[in-house]
Amino acid sequence: MTPPALEVRNLHKRYGDLEVLKGVDLVARDGDVISILGSSGSGKSTLLRCINLLENPHAGQILVAGEEMKLKPSRDGALVATDSKQINRLRARVGFVFQSFNLWPHMSILDNIIEAPRRVLGHSKADAIAAAELFLEKVGIADKRHAFPAQLSGGQQQRAAIARTLAMQPQVILFDEPTSALDPEMVQEVLNVIRALAEEGRTMLLVTHEMGFARHVSNQVVFLHQGQVEEIGTPEEVFDRPGSERCKQFMSSHR
Amino acid sequence: MTWAERWALLVEWAPQLLEGALLTLELVGIAVIVGLFFAIPLGLARASRHWYIRAFPYTYIFFFRGTPLLLQLFLVYYGLSQFEAVRDSMFWPFLREPYWCALIIMTLHTAAYIAEILRGAVQAVPPGEVEAARALGMSRRQALQFIIMPRAIRIGLPAYGNEVILMLKASAVVYTITLMDIMGVVRTINSRTYQFEMFFLVAGLIYLVVTILFTQLFKLVERWLKVEASRKR
Ligand SMILES: Nc1ncnc2c1ncn2[C@@H]1O[C@H](COP(=O)(O)OP(=O)(O)O)[C@@H](O)[C@H]1O
Ligand SMILES: [Mg+2]
Repeated sequence: MTPPALEVRNLHKRYGDLEVLKGVDLVARDGDVISILGSSGSGKSTLLRCINLLENPHAGQILVAGEEMKLKPSRDGALVATDSKQINRLRARVGFVFQSFNLWPHMSILDNIIEAPRRVLGHSKADAIAAAELFLEKVGIADKRHAFPAQLSGGQQQRAAIARTLAMQPQVILFDEPTSALDPEMVQEVLNVIRALAEEGRTMLLVTHEMGFARHVSNQVVFLHQGQVEEIGTPEEVFDRPGSERCKQFMSSHR
Repeated sequence: MTWAERWALLVEWAPQLLEGALLTLELVGIAVIVGLFFAIPLGLARASRHWYIRAFPYTYIFFFRGTPLLLQLFLVYYGLSQFEAVRDSMFWPFLREPYWCALIIMTLHTAAYIAEILRGAVQAVPPGEVEAARALGMSRRQALQFIIMPRAIRIGLPAYGNEVILMLKASAVVYTITLMDIMGVVRTINSRTYQFEMFFLVAGLIYLVVTILFTQLFKLVERWLKVEASRKR
């Protein structure tokens, strides 16, 4: 059997004395779309950020397509990369879409997209541009390729950021509240892009507060509470028949 | 003195004034360009996470920012010759020349300020943009080279332009070690002609014109680097 696209085992993370993740396990098989729900401060962002080591966890294992990230404890107790080359290689295969887009404002949209494929994957400029145009087409902003990020609306910027991630051909894409920074009228255009990706069979972890969308698009839903997986199951199970009291409460307050 | 006589004096001394302006331009131009090259490693080291890497640039910047340019100039020009080791060294042919003394001190002095500008600019790059680079698989080095530095250059450019103009005006102190910069020429004219106000005014005008030149040059560079377009809304 092929290993899961992404596997997280017993992940722990703390900030000072504050334990934010208290042993999270998660498996994403190819084609899984897993929505991660939970109230603010439950550790959703921290979980995603630990997965590609933007934050250093304190314990646990992270495997990308069966390959375990090599980690060692640092002096302050957090796990850091043993082999930074390996981490960079694995990171390149795990896409990350930020709430605040984080496009590079000094580059055109096209340059934003071709930068990593050229520098990290060593693609030629011509190849990178050819690929980038396809992704720009896919997210519906092909006409904006020469614009700068500041000239785009929030929804367009987020779609550009998704194209930038897609250009690395990632195995898994992590979305951290991709529509939370957007004006309401732009939420849908970004959700449509994410839905299209789900229908293509891409593997994704999606932190979101768009309940209806999560239910519709995912095949698995995780409810995180105070750094632990409180509930996990199909959308029907978690939304309609949650076992835990807290999950019930959360669902009823987020209709 | 009539206007005609004043005009005649001005024409008579115009070549020297022009040479003075060129020397000022040359000293400032070289200092801020070479200073920039020194400042890049200094500024990056200053922004390092490790205290032992920060220590040298910190001390360097502390010294050069904490004391007047004039004093630094005197220390090198008059001070170093006290040491036999310096007089015997291969650097002496340079260090005894006021031109080289001024150039070296101006460069080291402005490098400290530019390094500080650069440190500020590097630290002003939004962390999310760096995280985006890392999340796409770029190494620390690649993120520094392809994202952080180009971004920091645009953030720091206006402050660098400002520093160049400050150095232009600060360079007036080099006349004290006999250099014939704008001020040096004007002081010479003062003592030869006993005309003061007029040539001070002329000196002021020359500095203003050079300031305008530098300002325009930086506008061009900003346009070329698309600094405006890359500003966040
Ligand atoms: N860099 C940090 N330093 C200290 N505490 C943090 C930091 N980042 C997050 N936290 C804390 O960790 C907890 C979980 O945060 P987060 O993962 O952002 O939650 P969520 O994304 O679910 O809203 C919160 O209590 C938050 O205050
Ligand atoms: Mg969050």
